[in-house]
Amino acid sequence: MIGAKEFAHMNRDDTYRLSIGGMSCAGCVSSVEAALSAVPGVSKAEVNFADHTAQVSGKTSVKQLVAAVSQAGYEAAVLENEDDESEKERLERQHYQTLMRKTIVAMAVGVPLFITGILGMHPMVSEGRLIWAGVSILTLFVLWFSGAQFYRGAIKSFKAHNANMDTLIALGTGTAWLYSTILIMFPSLVVESAQHVYYEAAVIIIALINLGSLLEMRARGKTSEAIKRLIGLQAKTARVVREGKELDIPIADVGLNETLRVRPGEKIPVDGEIIEGSSHVDESMLTGEPVPVGKSQGDQVVGGTINGSGSFLFVAKKIGKETALAQIIEMVRSAQNSKPAIGRLADKISSVFVPTVLIIAVLTFIAWFNLGPDPVVSFALVTTMTVLIIACPCALGLATPISIMVGVGKAAEFGVLIRNGEALQTAGTLDTIVLDKTGTITEGKPRLTSVVHAAEWDEDTLIQMAASVETGSEHPLAQAIVQRAETMNLSLSKTKEFKALAGHGVEAQLENGKWVLLGNAKLMAKKSVDLEDFEYAAQGMAERGQTPMYIAVDGKIAGILSVSDPIKLDSKGAIQRMQRMGIRVVMLTGDNAATAKAVAEQVGVDEFIADVLPQHKSEKITALQQKGHKVGMVGDGINDAPALAQADVGFAIGTGTDVAIESANITLMRGSLDGVPDAISVSKATVANIKQNLFGAFIYNSLGIPIAAGILYPVIGLLLNPIIAGAAMAMSSFTVVSNANRLRLFKPETT
Amino acid sequence: MTLIVNVVGLLLILGIIWWFWIAKPKSRLVESKGEFIDIIVENGVYSPAAIKTGSGEPINLRFIRKDASPCAEKVLFNSLGKTWDLSLGKATYVQFDALDKGVYEFTCQMGMYRGRLIIE
Repeated sequence: MIGAKEFAHMNRDDTYRLSIGGMSCAGCVSSVEAALSAVPGVSKAEVNFADHTAQVSGKTSVKQLVAAVSQAGYEAAVLENEDDESEKERLERQHYQTLMRKTIVAMAVGVPLFITGILGMHPMVSEGRLIWAGVSILTLFVLWFSGAQFYRGAIKSFKAHNANMDTLIALGTGTAWLYSTILIMFPSLVVESAQHVYYEAAVIIIALINLGSLLEMRARGKTSEAIKRLIGLQAKTARVVREGKELDIPIADVGLNETLRVRPGEKIPVDGEIIEGSSHVDESMLTGEPVPVGKSQGDQVVGGTINGSGSFLFVAKKIGKETALAQIIEMVRSAQNSKPAIGRLADKISSVFVPTVLIIAVLTFIAWFNLGPDPVVSFALVTTMTVLIIACPCALGLATPISIMVGVGKAAEFGVLIRNGEALQTAGTLDTIVLDKTGTITEGKPRLTSVVHAAEWDEDTLIQMAASVETGSEHPLAQAIVQRAETMNLSLSKTKEFKALAGHGVEAQLENGKWVLLGNAKLMAKKSVDLEDFEYAAQGMAERGQTPMYIAVDGKIAGILSVSDPIKLDSKGAIQRMQRMGIRVVMLTGDNAATAKAVAEQVGVDEFIADVLPQHKSEKITALQQKGHKVGMVGDGINDAPALAQADVGFAIGTGTDVAIESANITLMRGSLDGVPDAISVSKATVANIKQNLFGAFIYNSLGIPIAAGILYPVIGLLLNPIIAGAAMAMSSFTVVSNANRLRLFKPETT
Repeated sequence: MTLIVNVVGLLLILGIIWWFWIAKPKSRLVESKGEFIDIIVENGVYSPAAIKTGSGEPINLRFIRKDASPCAEKVLFNSLGKTWDLSLGKATYVQFDALDKGVYEFTCQMGMYRGRLIIE
C-alpha cells in the first residue's frame, strides 16, 4: 500500500535548470522547448532567451534532458542549485539537534531512576504499585519521545520480512517495559524474589543508543573532510561580461560560452579557454604541482585553481557537473562508496545477522528457563534482553566502507585518485611495478640537447635543414627539432619528395636541391652512407640516455642531432621508495636498448625491457603475471591503455585535468611517480585499518553475545547488566568510525 | 509451565526462520516497464523493496529519502559497482540502461536497508 502522503510525493514534479548554448535567435527557443517537452516525463519546459536558460519540470533525468537538447543541435549543461549542500547540512544539523533532545530527555528520566535503584530507594513492586504505574506511564512517554524511530523501523522492516538494528533495540527495550508493566498489573505472576522492574534499563538503553548515534554522526563528519576540502575549492561567484558590462553572479548562474573576467588573485570559477590577457595560474590544489603555470590566449584554465598577478578574459566551456573539479569530486565520492572484496564476508554475515541473534535470544531464554537458578524468570529475561541489546551488526557493516571512505579521501589529498575500493585494496599487494619510460619516468617532452657537425657544416644550418625536413611530422623527436628551430628563429625551406621510412627516419629534397637524410644507423646503412667517426659520438650519446639521429646531405654524413627526454626530477626518489618497499621495478620502453639502459641506470632500475612496440606492452604484463607476480603498470593512459587494463592495478600519469582516465584504476594527478608509492602506502594503511575494524567487530559480537547470554555465569558468576550492554553497543559503531578516522593522520614516508 | 515455555520458544525459532528466510515476500513486488518507480527510504526499509522488470527494459528509479539518520544516506548497487548519495527530502534518480537477467541487490552502506532488482 502506498500512503496518501507518499502518493503526493510521487506526483510532485522536480525542477531542473539548464544553461542552453548555441541559441542564436529567438526562434531557437521553440525548438529547444519542443526538444525538452518531448522527453518522457517532462510536464513543462520553458526557455528564457535573455539569459539562455531553460526551466524544466517533470519526472525525468538530467542526462535525458541534456541529450535531447544536443540532439536538437544545441548545447546544454545543468545549472546546480547552489543551496543543495547547505540544505543538506541544515537537515543534518536539525537531525543532530533532534537526537540531542531525545538523548537528554531519556537521560533525565533514566539516570535518577537508575541511581535511586542502586541506592535501594525503590519500593517493592507489590507495595508501590501506584508509584510504579506512574513510572510506567512516564517511561512509556520517554520511549515514545526518544525511541519512536526504533519501534517504527522495527515494525516496518518486520512487515517487509526484514530485520535490522531497530528490531533488536525495539525488542530489547520493548520486552523490558512490557514485562515490568505486566508485573505491576499482576505481581503474583512471579515469585517475590523475581519481582524486579526494568524501566530504567529500557530508558537508559534508548538514551545511550541515541548518544552513540550522536557521536557517530560527529565522527562521520570528519570522514568526509577530503570531499569537503575539494568542494571548498569551488568558487562561489563569477564575474561575467554581459552586454559589455561586468557583473558578479553566483557560480550556479554561469552559462555555457559566457565570457568571464578573472582578476589578480581570484579563483577561476569554471573550466574554459582564455581569449584575452595572460597570467600565471596556481594549479597546485588539483595537480600538486607547486610552480604556477603560465597561461595566455588559447590556453585552457581549470575551475578551482587560483589566478596569479595577471588578469584575463575567458570563455566558459564546461560548467556545473562537467568541470574537471566536479568530476574529481564525483570520482572520489563514488570510489569512497565502493566496497572491495575484503568487506564481502562482513556483508554476508550482516545480512543474516539479526535473525540469527533473535534465535540466539530465544535459545538463551529457554536455556535459562530450563537450567537456570531461581528466580528463573528474572535471569531468563535479563539475559535475553542483554543478548538483544549487545549485538551490533552496524559495526560489522560499517567496518569496511568507513575506512575506504577515509583512505580514498586521504589519497586524493596527495593527488592520487583511486577509482574504486578494489583498486585501493589491491595496490598494497603489488610486488612488481612496470614503468613506461616516456612520459612516466621522463617528462615526455624531448628536447634537442646536442649537435655534432662535420667540419664543412655548422650547427644552425644542420638544425635548419633537419627542421625543414621534419616540419609537419607528429613524431615527438621531430617536434623537438622543429621547436628548437622556432626558438632560434630559423627560416625553414620548403621540401620536395618527402618520404618517411617507418622505423628508420625521413628523406626529402630541399629547395636548394640538396638531398637530406635524417634518421638512425639503419637508415644510413640502407642508403650506404659512411658514418665515419660519428658512430662513436652517437654511441656515447646513447650511453648518456639520449637518442642520436644522423643527418646526411647528398649522400655524405653531415652530423648528429641528439634528442633527449629529460628525466623528471623526482623519478629517481620515487623509484627508490618503491624498491625500499620491496617492490621489483621494471622499465618498459619502445626505445633502443642503449638509451633504455642509460635511463634505467640513471634512475636506479636494474631491469628493463627495450624495443617493445606499444601493442606488445600488455603481453609483457601478462608474462609477468603468469609467473605469479602481482603487477602494477604505470603509463600515460592513452598509448598504454591495454597494458594498464591488463595489469592488476593500472596507474595513469595524468596531466592534472584529464582526471577520468577510463583504463586506469588509479590516476596520478601530479604527474609525479611519487604517487605510486603514496598509493601503495595508503592502500596498506587502509587495508590494515579495515582489518582492525573487522577484527574488532567480529570479536565484539562473537564474545559479547555469548557473555551476554550468560555463558560465563556457571564459571565465574558473570552476568552483564543490560545497561552495560547498551553502552557497549552504542560505543561500538563510534569506535569503528573513530578508528577509521585515525587514517586521516596517515602520512606516506617521503624520500 | 516449563513445557509451554519450551514449546513456545521452539515455535518462535521456527517462526523466525520461516518469516525472515523462507517466506521472502512476493506480494510487495512492483513491476516496471521502464516507467519511474519511486522508492521511499524510511524506517529501515525500502518500499517497495523488490522491483521486477523484463530484460531489455530501461530501469528508472527515484529514491526518496525520508530517514535523516546517516544509515540511509547512500544506496549501493554492489554487483554493478554503482553508488548514489541520497539527499534528504529530495528525489535521487537511479537509472540503468537495460540490464542482463538476474537479481541485483541494493543496500545501504551497512546492508541494513535491502532491496532487490529482479530482471526476468
